[in-house]
Amino acid sequence: MPVAKVNGVEVEFEPGMTVLQVAERAGEEIPRFCYHERLSIAGNCRMCLVEVKPGPPKPQASCALPAADGQEIFTKTPMVEKARKGVMEFLLINHPLDCPICDQGGECDLQDQAMYYGRDESRYLENKRAVEEKAISPTIKTYMTRCIQCTRCVRFVTEIAGESEIGLISRGEDAEIITYVEDAVTSELSGNLSDICPVGALTHRPWQFHYRPWELKKTFSVDVMDGMGSSIRVDSRGAEVMRILPRVHEGVNEEWLGDKSRYIVDGLNRQRLDRPYVRRSGKLTPASWDEALDAVAAKLSASSPDRVGVIAGDLQDAESMKAALDLFRALGSANTDCRQDGSALGGGAERAGWLFNSTIAGIEQADVVLLVGADLKREAPLLGARLRKGWLANHVTVGAVGRAVETTFGVKQLGGGLQSLLKLDKDFVRLMEGAKAPAIIVGPGALSREDGPQVLRAVADMAKAYNVVRPDWNGLNFLHNAASRVAGLDMGFLPGAGGLSAREMLKPGALDVLMLLGADECDASASSAFKVYVGSHGDRGAHGADVILPAAAWVEKPGLYVNMEGRVQMGERAVFPKGEAKEDWAILRALSERLGKTLPYDSHDQLRALLMAEHPSFGRIDYVPEAAQPLDLSSLGDRKLVQKAEDTGAFASPITDYYLSNPIARASVIMAELSALRVKAQAPMAAE
Amino acid sequence: MVGILQDKDRIFTNLYGLHDWGLEGAKKRGCWNATADMIAMGRDWVIDNVKNSGLRGRGGAGFSTGLKWSFMPKEVREGRPHYLVVNADESEPGTCKDREIMRHDPHLLIEGCLIASFAMQAHACYIYIRGEYVREREILEAAIKQAYEARLVGKNNVHGWDFDIYVHHGAGAYICGEETALLESLEGKKGQPRLKPPFPAGAGLYGCPTTVNNVESIAVVGTILRRGADWFAGFGRPNNTGTKLMCVSGHVNKPCNVEEAMSIPLKQLLEEHCGGVTGGWGNLKAVIPGGSSVALIPAEQCETALMDFDSLRDLKSGLGTAAVIVMDQSTDLVRAIARISYFYKHESCGQCTPCREGTGWMWRVMERMAAGEAEPGEIDLLLDVAGQVEGHTICALGDAAAWPIQGLFRHFRPEVEERINTYRARKGSFAGHAIAAE
Repeated sequence: MPVAKVNGVEVEFEPGMTVLQVAERAGEEIPRFCYHERLSIAGNCRMCLVEVKPGPPKPQASCALPAADGQEIFTKTPMVEKARKGVMEFLLINHPLDCPICDQGGECDLQDQAMYYGRDESRYLENKRAVEEKAISPTIKTYMTRCIQCTRCVRFVTEIAGESEIGLISRGEDAEIITYVEDAVTSELSGNLSDICPVGALTHRPWQFHYRPWELKKTFSVDVMDGMGSSIRVDSRGAEVMRILPRVHEGVNEEWLGDKSRYIVDGLNRQRLDRPYVRRSGKLTPASWDEALDAVAAKLSASSPDRVGVIAGDLQDAESMKAALDLFRALGSANTDCRQDGSALGGGAERAGWLFNSTIAGIEQADVVLLVGADLKREAPLLGARLRKGWLANHVTVGAVGRAVETTFGVKQLGGGLQSLLKLDKDFVRLMEGAKAPAIIVGPGALSREDGPQVLRAVADMAKAYNVVRPDWNGLNFLHNAASRVAGLDMGFLPGAGGLSAREMLKPGALDVLMLLGADECDASASSAFKVYVGSHGDRGAHGADVILPAAAWVEKPGLYVNMEGRVQMGERAVFPKGEAKEDWAILRALSERLGKTLPYDSHDQLRALLMAEHPSFGRIDYVPEAAQPLDLSSLGDRKLVQKAEDTGAFASPITDYYLSNPIARASVIMAELSALRVKAQAPMAAE
Repeated sequence: MVGILQDKDRIFTNLYGLHDWGLEGAKKRGCWNATADMIAMGRDWVIDNVKNSGLRGRGGAGFSTGLKWSFMPKEVREGRPHYLVVNADESEPGTCKDREIMRHDPHLLIEGCLIASFAMQAHACYIYIRGEYVREREILEAAIKQAYEARLVGKNNVHGWDFDIYVHHGAGAYICGEETALLESLEGKKGQPRLKPPFPAGAGLYGCPTTVNNVESIAVVGTILRRGADWFAGFGRPNNTGTKLMCVSGHVNKPCNVEEAMSIPLKQLLEEHCGGVTGGWGNLKAVIPGGSSVALIPAEQCETALMDFDSLRDLKSGLGTAAVIVMDQSTDLVRAIARISYFYKHESCGQCTPCREGTGWMWRVMERMAAGEAEPGEIDLLLDVAGQVEGHTICALGDAAAWPIQGLFRHFRPEVEERINTYRARKGSFAGHAIAAE
């Protein structure tokens, strides 16, 4: 490996690294504004200047300069210090002195670096520049006078988010960041713009003036808004969650986060179920816990075990599902299902039969990808960003079967439904056969239809034909949009022997008692059963319920979540449940006692220990299964003809609106605004 | 007989447009003569001759043209064609040499493009012409059409080197004369300079090997090869050879464009070609010898200055584009430099911090100094700011904005101080003191 000297200390580096990276490797901190590891290099802030020998007798921008063998790098010489102080002064002459009222204050790159490189008094006697504020998004508060034109936002939007919506117009000191003809930023990743802005020019509009960063308690947790399981940090003050920010996790979300995962914060305070309700003479009326639990226990014990059932929702933690499964098994019921959308996945002996096997980071290795009914913009925007990376590097070809949807990368549309899948485009077949790392991504929309098993079988056949599953590479990927789904499948939250599936349970007359464990995305209105809703928000599930047992939202309880690649992650409690609400597992434990089937755990820890003992995969926190897991393709799906392929329509995502896909999001005002904006943006203009 | 260069040695024999600019006229003046023979000599011969002629780039930086050509990859790789880009975005204040070439002797440029493209194995050449040069573009395009029709250029041309030439009209931004900003603009993006490295010879237009040359550098190549490198190297001092178009403007009796030998004494240039400084040599105050970007030199240095790269560099100025701006004793130098500062503030692309913020700051302080409305200590502040802009930017525009100011204070600092003092004296008392009495 080549060697360079940083301030006299020799350091080895890999070819292709920049001077800035080499200096960091040597432990030197280089100040920077425009440079960001995950974006292209702009080299325009000039803060990272260093002295390099051999080289011209002037400081060089280290972020853009390739390191060379035998190079001498100096980061602390008087020339460098003077140059950086000069740049800092230039940045500050037109930057307002409003740190005390700026939301970025306390976590601002400019503020931090000015502490070291700034002058104690201003030498600039002229008027400061002022720039008009922009209304670019419900999620982004702009204060463009603070902008230092680093263009991180422009590069993020074009490179990662895949929408050319922001640009730098005008020139010289009139240069300003603006959206295309005052349009709105519509990307699902727009919240990251405020994160990467090194100053207070772009801040989070929903939370503006709500907090100072040093007042907040930081709790590490896991995102449940989609199946990715992004790493998040929940910042709370007192009993209230103030904001949600991404944490760096290279294997999952890198350092980005979707808007829904970030801005549903206000949804945690609205439409909350904060006390139990019992339906009396057709009307839901407040009740005590005793009344509510007694009512449920009475119904459950009066019904035959094969006439009661439970459906688990999309946001559940693994422990609450385990408690519900144990309770219903103890009652003698086989009617349990975690697939409220009716997906055909699950049931096999091998986890690989329902996981995103290439892993989320591993999908970047794929060179040919077939999307089957997957709408990444709605179901997993960050996964779309991963594919876009490969597509930008001209590394991956993507084909899609399903309803044509917006993507942030180029896609060959290969038809709509099962018919097109069975007779796949010949050119694409050739590509798949010749691929080094072929991948198939099957979306939830393709498998949750009546003919889901048939589709799954077709996909498995295709995987076999194109050698998608190999000893060293498994490109058969199942995309989940529900955060709880993989945990449910892992623990066997499925119909037992002779049990009913979710779809069957919802039919009229199928059951006498139906428990909806946070299940809001299934239509239970046709069911004539006595419905018990356990959940946090007064949404679809609660509306038709006969008894409501208020539970905790995911930030209000510790819990395990398994993301779609099978990675078990642990979320901590940030705040306590609202009002009289209790943690889900504790509700089920109390109910079990009344039914005389007391569950064998008295604390959350005991429950978790039992879960890990019975299902060892849950004990491996933040571990992702290797690609080469065994998978018997012939076990997947069912060849039985449900419907003729010609008669079925195009695969469509179960998510019709990204911003309104779960009860918390539907309670959020910000999500409603974003959704309305999207509807407006998609409405055709008169002339079209 | 005035000056040094004799008529027989002029390259641009139709500089003043007295003759036909078209193909027939150009051929009579020797253009397109023996071009095929030059190409038959091979590309190494061409590059060696250009190197031996000592031709230094005529766009301002003065980098050896032959050396620049030799930086291009020797082999053309699959999918990475080579390009020649001609920089005709002549926007440096005071400079008006390329437009004369393009409207009066366009065939010299076209011929040069062919030879240079052949030497660099480029099959396509782009001429990026300044937005304001509308008539020039029309004539250039007409001349290119003539060349195509005569099969001098194009596919299967008589010279045996397939070659296409395209004219691209800029939109009138000074910064697009910077070679990498020009490439960005040519690609259809916003004209902002790129980071170097990589240099255009490695990754230029559309990421392919590219050489960007000034119009004059390319237009002289044909004649150099026809008459020999030694002939061209015979003019001027060592390392500053050849002939050069010089544009003299300002306080001279006859402002003019003239082709002269390099290293002609500045005084001789002004006296013999321009009819002298208005009011006589004694009335001279200062000269900006190379376009607005370089530092001015005071009258006493003009006595001995030679018009070449090294002589003017030793005077802490530069030859630049050889656009001589003459200023006599009637000139308000501070206001003149303040105007130049405004130009750079207006033309800064806004990409990198020191230039974006610094040019505006310098201009505002200069404006106040022009009126005398400043503190004496602000002169040092201004020089400090100029020093912080210089050398800290992506491209050379930051340097170009700093140099005129540095030049002014190097030679005329007492004049500025006196103006500040006069202003303060006229006000009676300085603002700060007056408040107490009110």
